[in-house]
Amino acid sequence: MQITSASQLLELCGERNQSLSHVVAEYEAFRAGTTVQAVRERMGETLQVMRASVEKGREDQGELSRLITGYGRLFAEADQKGCLLGQSLFKNAILYALSVGQYNASLGRIVACPTAGSCGVVPGALLAAAEELGSGEEELIDALLVMGGVGIVSAAQGPISGAEGGCQAECGVASAMAAGAVVYLAGGSGEAVFGAASLALQSHLGLVCDPVASLVEVPCVTRNATSAVTALAAANMALAGIPALIPYDEVVGAMKAVGKALPESLRETSLGGLAATPTGQRLAQRLQEKHRL
Amino acid sequence: MYDELGSDQLSMAQIGLFDIVGPIMVGPSSSHTAGAVRLGLAARKILGSQVKRARLELHGSFAATYWGHRTDVALIAGLLGMAMDDERIPEALDLARAAGLEYTFAQADLGDVHPNSVRIYAEGDADSITVAGSSIGGGRINIFELNGFEVSVDGSYWVLLTRHRDTPGVIAEVTKVLAVHGINIALLDVSRKARGSDALLLAQTDDPIPELAVEHVRRIPQVLTVRTLPCF
Repeated sequence: MQITSASQLLELCGERNQSLSHVVAEYEAFRAGTTVQAVRERMGETLQVMRASVEKGREDQGELSRLITGYGRLFAEADQKGCLLGQSLFKNAILYALSVGQYNASLGRIVACPTAGSCGVVPGALLAAAEELGSGEEELIDALLVMGGVGIVSAAQGPISGAEGGCQAECGVASAMAAGAVVYLAGGSGEAVFGAASLALQSHLGLVCDPVASLVEVPCVTRNATSAVTALAAANMALAGIPALIPYDEVVGAMKAVGKALPESLRETSLGGLAATPTGQRLAQRLQEKHRL
Repeated sequence: MYDELGSDQLSMAQIGLFDIVGPIMVGPSSSHTAGAVRLGLAARKILGSQVKRARLELHGSFAATYWGHRTDVALIAGLLGMAMDDERIPEALDLARAAGLEYTFAQADLGDVHPNSVRIYAEGDADSITVAGSSIGGGRINIFELNGFEVSVDGSYWVLLTRHRDTPGVIAEVTKVLAVHGINIALLDVSRKARGSDALLLAQTDDPIPELAVEHVRRIPQVLTVRTLPCF
């Protein structure tokens, strides 16, 4: 049993007359020599780690991060004071993504999804959507399996690292995974799942990886929040029947080609983009002097 | 971050669901933090006892960005026996002090190796080892040097490691013991420093290696030391 592309995965579901989440679980059970039940249980444990990272990240004061300071906490406090715009889905997606990103920067325990640098996107969009929809635990596990399926077809056809493809390959792929999962949770079809994934990744093409001072902090943590919101927007558009037009597999191909066209300075080397701005350089220099080996 | 985990490499093997939705790890970076914990832990397991003294030579990107990604903290956490999702990792330097582990860090050029590489000299009460390895992305590692011998260990197999005198028949004897115990060898490395001198055999197996098999290997006259390692 193989998963090589979105179109092949959807065909597999059609042939077997099985749901997308079940086919992904069967694939993993087959690959790892275990059972579908064991795969679901492990995904349930992964979900608990995601939830814990949201909770702990929200409390994090940023004592261990180098440039950012308690972003989740700041956002939650502002919300309590009533100074933010929007409703709970939108605000919680931002809050959760910031919290997990902050926690990662503070040496917290997170689920790399698909990478540590983009670990806030899926918990942000998916957990906020699950609260809105009142989803149960098993439904969330199904959505996480689908999310993993979007990730697997992405990794099979394109890069999943800032060093190879820029931020589009980290936050972009994470946003596509999250968008697909949210659509599934909302009852969308397999086609709509990959339509949403396509729309989310389309909105990230060309995004460079330019971390200030080589840290997974600026702009990574706030980008996790905007990628989570993009995932929700893409999910809603797909649910409305707005077509992605370009199939997900082809968008991943475009992402790969764009990644190849990006100069090395914009692929996690901290030599270009925000890292190369006067302020970015000044921050890097200050930290380097403080922590020289 | 999933550095160097190229799409071409990934598509050759079946991609694991929990490689994408995971690993569960302590941040901030899978290559500079999670992989570094695993490299430290590998050294700890190869030494086979508590580490008392360590010298760690950071190469390339490890040397350049360790202070941001806490590669230093992560390596020490591994030397203390922690796994990459251990929530005590942030306190590793304090815990090292409490455990009586003395360590020094230095910058070094390890040659034409992966940018995220480290050489670790670790000393226990009875033994000392030198391990060099790379963090190759997504928390995956490769040990490329062990006690001066060239090897390639990624921690996904069980390992039988012997130091022996370079004489005819030793390798055959060791592999015979594994065969008798029904253990399949996936990968086998043998190397020596000079003809007739100290040599190393490193068998990576699909199955765990029982104590009885280790005892049989230990009884081979030319074998000086035997060690087994679980997957790490």
